Amino acid sequence: MSRSITLGQYFPGQSLVHQLNPRMKLISLLFVLALLFSLRSYSGLVALFFIALFLIAKTRVPFRYFLRGLRPVLFIAIFALVIYFFFTSGGIVLLRVGFITVESEGVREGIFIILRLVTLVLFSLLLTLTTTPLSLTYGLSYFLKPLRYIGLPTDEVAMIMAIALRFIPTLMEESQRLMRAQVSRGADFESGSIFRRAKSLVPLIVPLFVSAFRRADELALAMEARGYRIGAIRTRMHEDTFFPRDWVVLAVALVMLAASLTLGL
Amino acid sequence: MVNRSEFMIEARELAYYYPGEEKNSFPALSGINLAVSRGEYLALIGPNGSGKTTLLKLFNALLAPCEGEVLVEGISTVDENKIAEVRRYCGMIFQNPDNQLVATTVEEDIAFGLENMALPSAEIQNKVIAVAHLLGLEHLLHQPPHLLSGGEKQRVAIAGVLAMQPHCILMDEPTAMLDFTGRRDVIETVRGLNRDQGIAVIHVTHFPEEAVYADRIIILNQGRLVMQGPPEIVLSDVSLLHSLGLQGPAAVELAALLREDGFDLPPQLIHCRELVHSLCSLERKS
Ligand SMILES: Nc1ncnc2c1ncn2[C@@H]1O[C@H](COP(=O)(O)OP(=O)(O)OP(=O)(O)O)[C@@H](O)[C@H]1O
Ligand SMILES: [Mg+2]
Repeated sequence: MSRSITLGQYFPGQSLVHQLNPRMKLISLLFVLALLFSLRSYSGLVALFFIALFLIAKTRVPFRYFLRGLRPVLFIAIFALVIYFFFTSGGIVLLRVGFITVESEGVREGIFIILRLVTLVLFSLLLTLTTTPLSLTYGLSYFLKPLRYIGLPTDEVAMIMAIALRFIPTLMEESQRLMRAQVSRGADFESGSIFRRAKSLVPLIVPLFVSAFRRADELALAMEARGYRIGAIRTRMHEDTFFPRDWVVLAVALVMLAASLTLGL
Repeated sequence: MVNRSEFMIEARELAYYYPGEEKNSFPALSGINLAVSRGEYLALIGPNGSGKTTLLKLFNALLAPCEGEVLVEGISTVDENKIAEVRRYCGMIFQNPDNQLVATTVEEDIAFGLENMALPSAEIQNKVIAVAHLLGLEHLLHQPPHLLSGGEKQRVAIAGVLAMQPHCILMDEPTAMLDFTGRRDVIETVRGLNRDQGIAVIHVTHFPEEAVYADRIIILNQGRLVMQGPPEIVLSDVSLLHSLGLQGPAAVELAALLREDGFDLPPQLIHCRELVHSLCSLERKS
């Protein structure tokens, strides 16, 4: 079971989207999100939606991963749709149930909003599905670097995140082992009220904490023994470098944003 | 590389008390005088709590001596500015393979020490590949550590230390949590490095069978050095080992029983093969 634990949502691959510099992907995503909210016209939004679909096809990540990522926004989407359908007036009356009417303007706007939401999520998934959590962490920590001047230890924070990523599977394995041990002694994690189930987790969490602290102690020692010192200058085995393709992607995102803003698309 | 002392590691009148334990009946270590030569394979044995781990931590500058001094390549381990150098000369492998791998992939873990030395990326990559090749870990380079077997994890830890080109590898019960194959792989890796690269090894172990291959064995008890010598001498002294709550290798234990039953076996049999030979020659004589 532990072998199937995947970290984050990363789906390995060799596509262009996978190979883009994570920092560039982050900035481009930011531009695309800004673009999404500046777009006024249906045609622009649909174009962007198809760009997302095109990139998704390019990544060769199975589409069901994207569908799975969309599931959490399904509820919000339906909710928004209902609100817009029933409470926006204007246009032709399409449906009348008692005193509630569905008018064409409401349908138009409701679908617009949902398309925008779906496109937004798809672009975000494009980032998280094609970038390892570690590169994402390092990419983010790069943008946090200026905070170092106000005393935030950004390199150390990145190290902490990287170590957390390293130990999540180990701790999951351990919690599963503890759970099995408790179950074999008659513990029951599955039935009863939420309160009861939460209570039955206590004998699991305490030993997990104890072991996590012991691990932290030993790991700190091992890191020190290998020459790690807080605040010291370090290099990285894989410095992320920029290739021309990274600049092209960034330029495309920028041009689209500028076009939408100036032309009022 | 000038100004090198004669010994790899030297401990002089070394004593260590854990904080808050000064009043105790015995310190964690006391009166240790020890010199480790270049390329020597030293096995360190002793009952639980005898101070073996403490001694290794003192050699790696993880702890600073309370009395006396430790010199690594002539450098005192209390010299704050040279601690990084000491740790590069003396790499350390710990017991629990899960708690000493830092990075999310094998290659990044091997690179960890080199990254701490702030080497350029290209150089780090070359060294990582060279070390992985030497230890036969190439196929694992992109694996996350939690998918490796215990023996593989320990060998990755060794690779991480080896990448820093140490003069000595300190190992604290590196095989205690491994199965038979894992144990054999790790020991063979380390013996190979000792033999081919001339890297000194200090190996703390509870398995007498692992100490058999050392050049010299040291026994610690209650923080004191009670005996040292070549394996044939130290490991064949069953009465001393038993009085300290230790065990000899299988061959030694068996030979002791056979002698009790009147078999006329030569002293200093520590390998099973030797024991079998002696028994066969006895058989032929009778
Ligand atoms: N962090 C610590 N704080 C206080 N005392 C300690 C600490 N670590 C070890 N000791 C004590 O120091 C003594 C030597 O411990 P050490 O861990 O060096 O023994 P060891 O030979 O490695 O034992 P083992 O075979 O169990 O690993 C023991 O009496 C132990 O209780
Ligand atoms: Mg110990």
